[in-house]
Amino acid sequence: MVRAIMILLLCQLAGTIVQQAFGLPIPGPVMGLVLLLAILVWRGGPDPVLHETASGFLKYLGLLFVPAGVGVVTELQELRANALAIAIAIPVSTILGLTVTGVLMQRLARADG
Amino acid sequence: MPMDRFPLPFFHVWAYLQTQPLLGLTATLCTWEFCSLIDSRAGHRAITNPTVLSIALLAAALLITHTPYAAYFTGAQYVHFLLGPATVALAIPMYANFASIRRHSGPILVSLTAGSIVAAGSAMLIARALGASHQVVISLGPKSVTTPIAMGIAQNLGGQPSLTAVFVMITGIFGTIICTGALALVRVKDWRALGLAAGTAAHGLATARMLRLNETAGAYGGLAIGLNGIVTSLAVPVLVKLFGF
Repeated sequence: MVRAIMILLLCQLAGTIVQQAFGLPIPGPVMGLVLLLAILVWRGGPDPVLHETASGFLKYLGLLFVPAGVGVVTELQELRANALAIAIAIPVSTILGLTVTGVLMQRLARADG
Repeated sequence: MPMDRFPLPFFHVWAYLQTQPLLGLTATLCTWEFCSLIDSRAGHRAITNPTVLSIALLAAALLITHTPYAAYFTGAQYVHFLLGPATVALAIPMYANFASIRRHSGPILVSLTAGSIVAAGSAMLIARALGASHQVVISLGPKSVTTPIAMGIAQNLGGQPSLTAVFVMITGIFGTIICTGALALVRVKDWRALGLAAGTAAHGLATARMLRLNETAGAYGGLAIGLNGIVTSLAVPVLVKLFGF
């Protein structure tokens, strides 16, 4: 398991170094994801330990967003001042984004076979 | 702590705990376990999503106890840090669906780009029409993208990154609650489409929910988080110029 965590952290580290060195807008962990995916394609899949550890992490993905989410309390004043605009813009645009992507993907992927 | 000084007045203990990681970390895990219990008792309904419930409970606790967010984050940062390796770990379900993703790369790019532009453009247009400040309008643009990318985009355009982080969270919370319902309403049943839509419109939060429902949906969600990060960082500056935000 330590080896699996090491692999995940090494990919994140490599991604972060590339991102910082070239000033890219894509965050380090996302670059690390791409790197790990490339390694998996090259090696023909994850070994069982990496598979198990990654699944363990992803099982609690929802928990990992909690600390950042609680940060809502830091912007309450700005939110209150623009409450109506925010309360309409976010839900409507999110529903539009969801349905446009979902409907298009379902149609195009089906036509694709 | 010498025993003869015990018991300390309550506020001394409280003040001490606020400087330590122990309380924030314990509170985060306890709240999560409690909310997970509620969620499973309620049969995993959208409104009992443990992430959303935990954020609401902890935010309320901070406000009631007048605890600064920074004091809470001293402990919560250890959970927050794990978001990095967990993002990298999304490569594993993506690899499991790699053949399917490659086969559908055309539809994926088209649907994701369309959804991304619609989400960002409509958010900024609606906010401006309703009289939101320039700062708020710009900060809303990248709200469908994962937090670090969104904050970077906002900064480049003269928005307020901390405000964007909050919008990203509100979008994620709202998207997590309504994603399955909204997509059922327009009769989207394909797991690939469900996952891609969730990841495009409401990033990792909605993807975490998809991952609990179906592995393929989770893989497409993970893919959408990364791809939409790239698409949005290219599209929002163009939208800002186009509509003169």
